[in-house]
Amino acid sequence: MLDFFKFFSKDQNKSKDIAKERLKLVLIHDRANISPKFLDMVKGDIIKVISNYMEIDESGFNIKLSRIAQDNDDYTSALIANIPIKRMKNLGKNNG
Amino acid sequence: MGEVIVITSGKGGVGKTTTTANIGTALALTGRKVVLVDADIGLRNLDVVMGLENRIVYDLVDAVEGVCRLKQALIRDKRFEGLYLLPAAQTRDKNAVAPAQMQKLCDDLREHFDFILIDSPAGIEQGFKNAIAGADKAVVVTVPEVSAVRDADRIIGLLAAHEINEPQLIINRLRMDMVKRGDMMNIEDTIDILGIDLLGVVPDDESIIVSSNRGEPVVTEEKSLAGQAYRNIARRLLGEEVALINLETENSFLDKLRRMFSGKNNKRQ
Repeated sequence: MLDFFKFFSKDQNKSKDIAKERLKLVLIHDRANISPKFLDMVKGDIIKVISNYMEIDESGFNIKLSRIAQDNDDYTSALIANIPIKRMKNLGKNNG
Repeated sequence: MGEVIVITSGKGGVGKTTTTANIGTALALTGRKVVLVDADIGLRNLDVVMGLENRIVYDLVDAVEGVCRLKQALIRDKRFEGLYLLPAAQTRDKNAVAPAQMQKLCDDLREHFDFILIDSPAGIEQGFKNAIAGADKAVVVTVPEVSAVRDADRIIGLLAAHEINEPQLIINRLRMDMVKRGDMMNIEDTIDILGIDLLGVVPDDESIIVSSNRGEPVVTEEKSLAGQAYRNIARRLLGEEVALINLETENSFLDKLRRMFSGKNNKRQ
């Protein structure tokens, strides 16, 4: 009967798919030898540098290692950061 | 000159020893001369799985240290022509042997055997380094669970670092009922994640435990699905092309009923 219900729930939550997604992410970190703590340090430094130029939303700051497909059917690791900007600081351009 | 193959996994308890015993026996049954080397020093197990535990006089460490001649430490399996076991020492630890000694041992064995199968200990420390020291190629065993697959990936990386390239994968204890439900990673998922070639798939099978209870490798059982899988793996190691066993046999009325109800779900398998 369980299957019967799954039939209606459009099998979005198959545990094997969750396993696969989690594994893919954890292996990116394992292979690159980068821990979440290391990423936090990188994040801190990026915030420091960028804050010199613009005001950013730190709570919405998101940084992660990911896989991106390459032309040759292979994958490469990429550092992907999403940094919401609140407003630009008005230095440099006018004052410089 | 024989070929040295290390059977390894990273995580413990995924079936390295059973795999070594069965592939070795299957190769011997095809007429090859085979020696199984238990490299898990301090935690010897291949002897009990093979049912040879009462015949040990000398062990691998004795042979390496020159306490006995290599030949004296080899146990001939009387049931299978051409099959031998080199047992691990039980009262020593993994530091009793160094990689260079293992390499020498493998080279000596190469001259007398077609296949030298090395049963690696779990882990990535000294014992693992010893086990892979003399190997030409590696077989990585995993089960379709996150922890085992993660460790397998780590091992694949370490093998590459030691210049043992193109390891082959055995997916052990696959449960088709769970795969069908979407509750176990399937063959494709696992290969996709690990990115190495598949050597074989062994279904989860009670006969494995029954046969290890008796100390008889399951390959000798004609009807066992796992036995068939191991025989196929041996043939692939010999260079034959053998298709994977179809594990999708519907064994009960309930199965059929379930498929009728959830036909759409199963399409992807």
